[in-house]
Amino acid sequence: MRRSKLALPALLAASALVLSGCATSSGELTLTVPDVPMKAELGAFEGELNIVNWSGFVDPKWVDPFTAETGCVVNSRVAGTSDEMVTLMRTGEYDIVSASGDAALRLIVGGDVAPLNMDLIPNFSDEIAEGMKGQIYDVVNGKPYGVPIGRGANLLQYNETVTGGAPESWDVVWEADSPYAGKITAYDAPIYIADAAVYLMSTKPELGITNPYALDETQLAAAVELLKQQNTIIGEYWSDPVAQITSFVGGNTVVGTSWEILKKFAAQENLKTTLPKEGSTGWYDTWLVSTTSPNSNCAYAWIDYTSQASVNGAIAMNFGMAPANIAFCATDADTQAHCDQFAAEDEAFWDQVWPWTTPIEECVDGRTDVKCTSFQDWTNAWVTVKG
Amino acid sequence: MLRFSRTSRWSLMAIVAVVLIFMYAPLSVLILNAFNERQISAWPIPEWSFKWWAVAFESEPIRAALLNSAIVALGAMTIAMLLGSLVAFALSKYEFFGKGTVNLLVVLPIALPGVVTGVAFSNTYSNFLTPAGFQIGYFGMIVAHATFCIVMVFNNVFARLKRMNPSLQEASMDLGEGLWGTFRLVTFPQFRTAFAAGALLAFALSFDEVVVTIFTAPPGVDTLPLWILKEMARPNQASVVNVVATVVIVLSLIPVYVSQRLSRTENEK
Amino acid sequence: MSAIQKAPNRPLSTYLHKRPNTRLVALLALPMTWLVGVYIISLTLLLVTAFWFIDPFTSKVIPGFTLENFVNIFTVPAYFATSMRTLGIAIAVTVVCILFAIPLGIFMAKIARPWVRNLLAVAITLPLWAGYLVKLLAMRLTFTEEGLFNWLMAPFGISGPGFGIPVTILTLAYLWFPYMALPVFTAIRQLPLNLFDASADLGAKGWPTVFRMVLPLITPAIIAGSVFTFSLSLGDYLAARFVGGSTQMIGSIIASNINLNPPVAAAFSMVPIAFVVMYLMVARRTGSLERM
Repeated sequence: MRRSKLALPALLAASALVLSGCATSSGELTLTVPDVPMKAELGAFEGELNIVNWSGFVDPKWVDPFTAETGCVVNSRVAGTSDEMVTLMRTGEYDIVSASGDAALRLIVGGDVAPLNMDLIPNFSDEIAEGMKGQIYDVVNGKPYGVPIGRGANLLQYNETVTGGAPESWDVVWEADSPYAGKITAYDAPIYIADAAVYLMSTKPELGITNPYALDETQLAAAVELLKQQNTIIGEYWSDPVAQITSFVGGNTVVGTSWEILKKFAAQENLKTTLPKEGSTGWYDTWLVSTTSPNSNCAYAWIDYTSQASVNGAIAMNFGMAPANIAFCATDADTQAHCDQFAAEDEAFWDQVWPWTTPIEECVDGRTDVKCTSFQDWTNAWVTVKG
Repeated sequence: MLRFSRTSRWSLMAIVAVVLIFMYAPLSVLILNAFNERQISAWPIPEWSFKWWAVAFESEPIRAALLNSAIVALGAMTIAMLLGSLVAFALSKYEFFGKGTVNLLVVLPIALPGVVTGVAFSNTYSNFLTPAGFQIGYFGMIVAHATFCIVMVFNNVFARLKRMNPSLQEASMDLGEGLWGTFRLVTFPQFRTAFAAGALLAFALSFDEVVVTIFTAPPGVDTLPLWILKEMARPNQASVVNVVATVVIVLSLIPVYVSQRLSRTENEK
Repeated sequence: MSAIQKAPNRPLSTYLHKRPNTRLVALLALPMTWLVGVYIISLTLLLVTAFWFIDPFTSKVIPGFTLENFVNIFTVPAYFATSMRTLGIAIAVTVVCILFAIPLGIFMAKIARPWVRNLLAVAITLPLWAGYLVKLLAMRLTFTEEGLFNWLMAPFGISGPGFGIPVTILTLAYLWFPYMALPVFTAIRQLPLNLFDASADLGAKGWPTVFRMVLPLITPAIIAGSVFTFSLSLGDYLAARFVGGSTQMIGSIIASNINLNPPVAAAFSMVPIAFVVMYLMVARRTGSLERM
């Protein structure tokens, strides 16, 4: 399946994308973003750095050397959801966040995070996986806002004892006549609407969806319709990893959305994951720096430090995702095994994955004749799906 | 002793048994899972092991989180004991306009989802206090917790005061005791049990709070529930959580014992 | 020592004794400063946005006045259904807790031997310390398809309810039960024994005694407990997330809107407030708060 990616003409990727034949993203898509100045040069370290992060991104193993080197004492706050991340960042108490794409664009458009001066982050290099460069959720209007950390795909996990083999299509979680009705799980967040859109792209081409994050009102209505149909056959929605794992292990769920790492944690032979033919969505995490950060020198130092292969890889392995810096893969046999399991170097795999992006009113697929639905519309819609 | 027929006695005992099973079956799943070899809790337990105990006892973050939780809960409890009792006295002894509103004010913090209280406080801290040059930091968490703990003390003390015979206090006053003396010698001994029960519930509620804490805890400070949340979000050692919960249950025998002693003296009078 | 000698030594006492209004103000000053000055102001700053608009373009809140957010609560079926479902769950949790707490309290206070009583008193408070999230997980493991409940009940051919509203109610009752049981037990224990004896002497058997004498006397405690169980259930949404299957509660709507669309979150925050106001009014109307 050939698919052109969301990437905007930005950074190095610009010319390559125009040639990719992607009509929608070849034009200069300009978003309305508050004008936030970029840091010009590094100064003295402030001695403190406050981070909002996903569990596992900040660990003494790599924080201690950083503090020893820079004198920046790292205080971390673990957020459970993207919504919490955005709320915590808007308190102004935090300097830096490890946001996923569904939170990143919200923060960028809201002016909560500042564009980055990449000259001050020398470790951000060519070794960053091609598919993680210049994505719309972290590069807007040609200005980079985020530095990639790692990524993971939303895969279809199945209990092989029950299904017999790998389902080829997502239809087992969407269609009302699914043999696993009542034993299906789905991700519990508005961003999951994009998964419905991905399925509709192949099953209902007449809707004309070209990007699951650029849905006009009719397209969103169709996705919501599909989600409501799914609601009747769903066993449970999950947003907590432990809950999802116990659901598969405890027999409540047979098929549903999952991450490679959750399958690994479940540690059961009969639980497997697959990427169905329709493709899927995925989360791409990046470091973003607060506009009002009083500790921006420490923040830049942290981003630079965590962009080097060894630290970036350690974060990726600790959390369980594909590292952004693929130079890490060749370190030793263990790291190579990790990269292979999480498809870190397999761009063909990631070509089928749509990175989470906050939907906004300006269509991110480049359409200018219609208004797209924003994340706020999605959130309202999600409430009605769950009823 | 209350005279019940044999049948009522047995049916009461049966209900008590059901309650105990209902309360302790999930709890025993939890405690047994502290000895689960796997990373993630399961039932039935596939393999037994003590390895999570070793992990838990070596962990510095767990000790820090435990200490933070205890400090915050103690602070919140103390404030709640004072404020809750004051409101309870006012509402039980006096008729005044706006009584219902005061009652509502006290209940509100637990009726609203924690996220509302949490975000409201964190907005105030970061939009008003910090710009004014006042770093509330750690204390902000205690303030927020105390606010939703007041109702615990209030409700228990209020219910007790309502049943108290006011003539006793009047008699004491008539006999020449001042307000403080009357309170110390007559009123307090009568509501001490309810006071202790309320304080215990306040401590427990604060000790266990997740959502308000997420938004009010200063960066880098974890309470025990925040630490648990963190472990459950990255479940490569989620079973440690069960060890910690088991230890906390055992440790909690101390405050429970103290409050028992407090009420027992009254009981034996 | 006579009263006359003592009185002049306590000018403050005498002053306050003569002026109940001053006493009232003195009692309420500190708590009200705290609740209004710290909490209500914070809350108002957040909730006043319920009447405001949101700029769809920048998603920033614009001051103004609109009732649209409130109208939506009643006109959007999903919103209304969620509100009613949450109310139903909170009431059910409270009823379950009351039904268990009264027999337990009577048994502990009036039937059990002292050592059993003390043991039970410890037993009902102990689960409070296990940790909210850990208990949610324990309930998951208990009621999951291959979990403890089905494991125990399999020999009897019974299979438990899957995750859904019933398990959510049970879980919330499990979480908040001590908050009901403790006040009820405390109240029953403090009922004078001679009250029961008098009732028994008059020929009343156990149960009529319970209903005629004990229940009205412990109503304040039941109300105190139900305020906890009812209010705490209204605001909770993590339980529904863990054991609710596809159940949605008000808290989830508020939590997902609070930074994205504060006006909607603020409007929804009024729903639990309204329920609690109604609840307190009903409690007042039955006179149970005043009668005792």
